[in-house]
Amino acid sequence: MAVKYKAAGDISLLIEFENEISEKVNAKVRNLYLAIEKNCLVGVEEVIPTYRSLLINYNPLEVKGTTLIEKLKDIESRLEEMDIPKQKVVEIPTLYGGEFGPDLQFVADYNKMSAENVIKIHSQGKYLIYMLGFTPGFPYLGGMSERIATPRLNNPRIRITAGSVGIAGTQTGIYPIESPGGWRLIGRTPIKLFNPDRHPYFLLQSGDYLQFTAINETEYNLINEQVDKNQFQVNTTLL
Amino acid sequence: MDAVKIIEPGPLTTIQDTGRKGYQRYGMPVAGAMDLFSYRVANLLAGNDDNAAALEFTLQGPKMEFLHNAVIAITGAETIPIIDNKPAPLWQTIFVKKGSVLSFNGIKSGLRGYVAIRGGVEVPNVLESGSTYLRANIGGIEGRKLTSKDIIPMGDSIEGYPGNPQPYILPKDFIPRFNDTEEIRVILGPQEDLFKKESIKTFLNSEYTVTTQSDRMGYRLEGPTIRHKESPDIISDGIPLGGIQVPGHGQPIIMLADRQTTGGYTKIATVISTDLNKIAQLAPGKKIKFKSVTLEEAHDALRIQESIVNSIEKLPEAPSSKKILKLKISGEEFLVTIEPID
Repeated sequence: MAVKYKAAGDISLLIEFENEISEKVNAKVRNLYLAIEKNCLVGVEEVIPTYRSLLINYNPLEVKGTTLIEKLKDIESRLEEMDIPKQKVVEIPTLYGGEFGPDLQFVADYNKMSAENVIKIHSQGKYLIYMLGFTPGFPYLGGMSERIATPRLNNPRIRITAGSVGIAGTQTGIYPIESPGGWRLIGRTPIKLFNPDRHPYFLLQSGDYLQFTAINETEYNLINEQVDKNQFQVNTTLL
Repeated sequence: MDAVKIIEPGPLTTIQDTGRKGYQRYGMPVAGAMDLFSYRVANLLAGNDDNAAALEFTLQGPKMEFLHNAVIAITGAETIPIIDNKPAPLWQTIFVKKGSVLSFNGIKSGLRGYVAIRGGVEVPNVLESGSTYLRANIGGIEGRKLTSKDIIPMGDSIEGYPGNPQPYILPKDFIPRFNDTEEIRVILGPQEDLFKKESIKTFLNSEYTVTTQSDRMGYRLEGPTIRHKESPDIISDGIPLGGIQVPGHGQPIIMLADRQTTGGYTKIATVISTDLNKIAQLAPGKKIKFKSVTLEEAHDALRIQESIVNSIEKLPEAPSSKKILKLKISGEEFLVTIEPID
């Protein structure tokens, strides 16, 4: 299927791939995103990769829209020849249950299994980070097992602590900053997905993978202390 | 360090610059001044670069005391600024003495005003920007709107002003006028093909009213219902500045400075960048008529606006008795300085 180039106003361009959420389509988005970044096109100010499209913000005083489209099409046609880095798997240590995951037992009861099994299934998966959006650093993750799928809360919580790990339907995710929300909370990570006092400010990149690893309270406190001192390094491996 | 003391902040006064660019891929909204034209002009008239942090107020200007001599400029909404009980001009350089108090007597037209101060507001940058983003409590002063008794630290002000200070005045023709009904130019898309054809006509031929549920994040409008061919939802994608989302209820929402970076509602059209400044000045109850234009027309409008902004930097430093006029002779435009001869 042909890639679509569309104007999104006079300072943005939309590049669309197939109309579906799939790892295959998202990989095309990631590859094109990395290739555009590498080519440093004149006038391109920002590239926002999502499930199946890229939004390009540009300065029309620096580059004509038609010229930019030609250059982007050229990059897209040469993607195969380009050296695209491998995807990373980022480990997110998570303390499941208790006050940190008040809905863990509900998720277990709803799916007729033990809380231990929910933890096991949840921390087994490698989740593709399809995109980041909604709040600063929030990852849209794919690939959670249907076996632990649980509907959202009827009454969303007004305040959810940053780092909370939740489930909504067949989705799972992490709240990067304190916010309201209706997801079932099963745990919490001491890792900050967004920290303006750290480089890089954002821990995750779209196109990479994320894996939860279960930790106990002692480990949680230890990591938390290191995070506060900006000393904690997350484990990453290449896929 | 030079500083300004806030006596009364007004309902919503924040520190803004051109915004937090480059982090939308991580889900970080841009924020920044809503009316970028007025904001940039204020800075240039105050002798700053056009991206220095300045005050943006909504509905009512702040009352503030200058703790040092200062060079300032006030732009944006048509307000009545008062400095030490005397009316002060808009859209020009103003020299303010230490201890002076600036206040505002309401707004005649428009909604948002800008106070730029020579030297710029000195706030710690968060992700390379001083802009306040209220929803994540970052930028500006502790990520919040200003309150009374806030002391706003400034960069070097009048002491650093080069030479004998002379006011810059923006020629009258360049001063934007804010109306009760604004024609807003849009480029259709990126998802106009998901709407019924007659609904595109409805969108372009009707008046939409700005509702009270409008803020720096987005303007919710009310008017004739716009219908989708099938679903109002798409797979979430990036939201451009000025993107007009239409959820299932068929009423448009214009996404502005504080918009979230991604969303799943279909976008019928996108407001062109120059006309976002007009939207920023529309209070609830005001009306919008959308007009579809081409990309070329939008870029022409942008170039004209840019030439106005650039012309400010080139204005001569004139004594206060001088007037700068823009004249048109046989279709050609001239900037002319008129001054009395002794």
